[in-house]
Amino acid sequence: MSKREVTLGTRSNPRAEIVRSEAPSELLRELVAHLRQNRTQLREEWVVRITETRLLTAMTKEEIFAEATSVYDSYVEALETEAFEALQAYARNLSERIIPRGVETHEVVGIVLLLRDVLARSLFAKYQTDFKKLNRILDAYEPAANRIANTVAVGFVQERERVIRQQQEAIRELSTPVLQVRERLLILPIIGVIDPQRARQLTEQLLRGIRTNRAKVVVIDITGVAAMDVTVANHLVQTVEASRLLGATVIVTGLSPEIAQTLVTIGVDLGKMNTVGDLQGGIEQAERLLGYKVVTLAESR
Amino acid sequence: MEVPILKQGEVLIATFQAALSDADLNHLRMGLVRQVVKFRSRAVIVDVTAMDVMDSFASRTLREIAHMIRLRGAETVIVGIQPEVAFAMVQLGLTLEGVATALDLEEGLAYLNEKFKTTN
Repeated sequence: MSKREVTLGTRSNPRAEIVRSEAPSELLRELVAHLRQNRTQLREEWVVRITETRLLTAMTKEEIFAEATSVYDSYVEALETEAFEALQAYARNLSERIIPRGVETHEVVGIVLLLRDVLARSLFAKYQTDFKKLNRILDAYEPAANRIANTVAVGFVQERERVIRQQQEAIRELSTPVLQVRERLLILPIIGVIDPQRARQLTEQLLRGIRTNRAKVVVIDITGVAAMDVTVANHLVQTVEASRLLGATVIVTGLSPEIAQTLVTIGVDLGKMNTVGDLQGGIEQAERLLGYKVVTLAESR
Repeated sequence: MEVPILKQGEVLIATFQAALSDADLNHLRMGLVRQVVKFRSRAVIVDVTAMDVMDSFASRTLREIAHMIRLRGAETVIVGIQPEVAFAMVQLGLTLEGVATALDLEEGLAYLNEKFKTTN
């Protein structure tokens, strides 16, 4: 009983095995010839299916058609040559073009699977009288088609991830400016959400900035930070202490009520934290510490 | 390796080298604490610019030096802590509270001069 199940499961009877192992390349060639012959018709059917399922809504009909033509040709070529490098490069190139247009992963996977289905249907139609041959053709077609779908999807996702990484890096670099306002006075305006990684980067840049600018006073302005979790709050306190070890005084300004609550909850030693209500007040205090005094021209006369 | 202690006016200056053993640190500590009274110095500057890593023993020694010097009637300024070292120390909870710090030797001397001026 169990033996029978195994034979059924692997669909192999000895004769079919021999025939199949002899012919896959020939079968593929036959398959490719069929796909080339019916190129126009199949391609159009595919485009119709794409529009029907409302994929690629970000692109115009003409664009879809033009893209479909080249995808179709690359698809058939990959089936024929089984050289996936060219397809991989094509997929990457395609992704590069369509990601900025806002094409989603599910759409790309969707259209490749649609093409696979459209082509499989045409094979069913062609070989419906010869069931055994259909079986063998599908044996050759399916693994190749699945591999193509896989390659394109993976290529797309990789490209997307690359773009995301690049953007993250750009945002990170933009978001942590350490600015010198006056000799020996730096300000560090922080805006947005601080996650532990960004907090670490902020600290690094600030400590390096203190060293290169020979700063004595640093104003960290967190007006633009709405909330802060306990880890990041602790990190902020550590940054203040580390700056002191470099000989710089830190003034923190613009603490929101929520952040004040967090700091009180974690029990920060407020003696170590020099805080002022707003950035202006912070800079004024920093100037006092450095011995500056701002006077209007009228006053100085 | 022995750390030389330099006398510069009313200030003693000791420079940490990268590879100091625990025994060297102990030796330096005793040397500083002895000489600060012998030379009637008002302050001690410990320069740690060369230290890329600071283990817990070294930073504990630094704190002990500072506290012992205060008991001997002078002040300590630690100068030249590297940014990475500073953050690592804070994370280990070694914040040298109550000890003055400055960016480098020049800053440390400027800080002390300012202080001597106001207390004179």
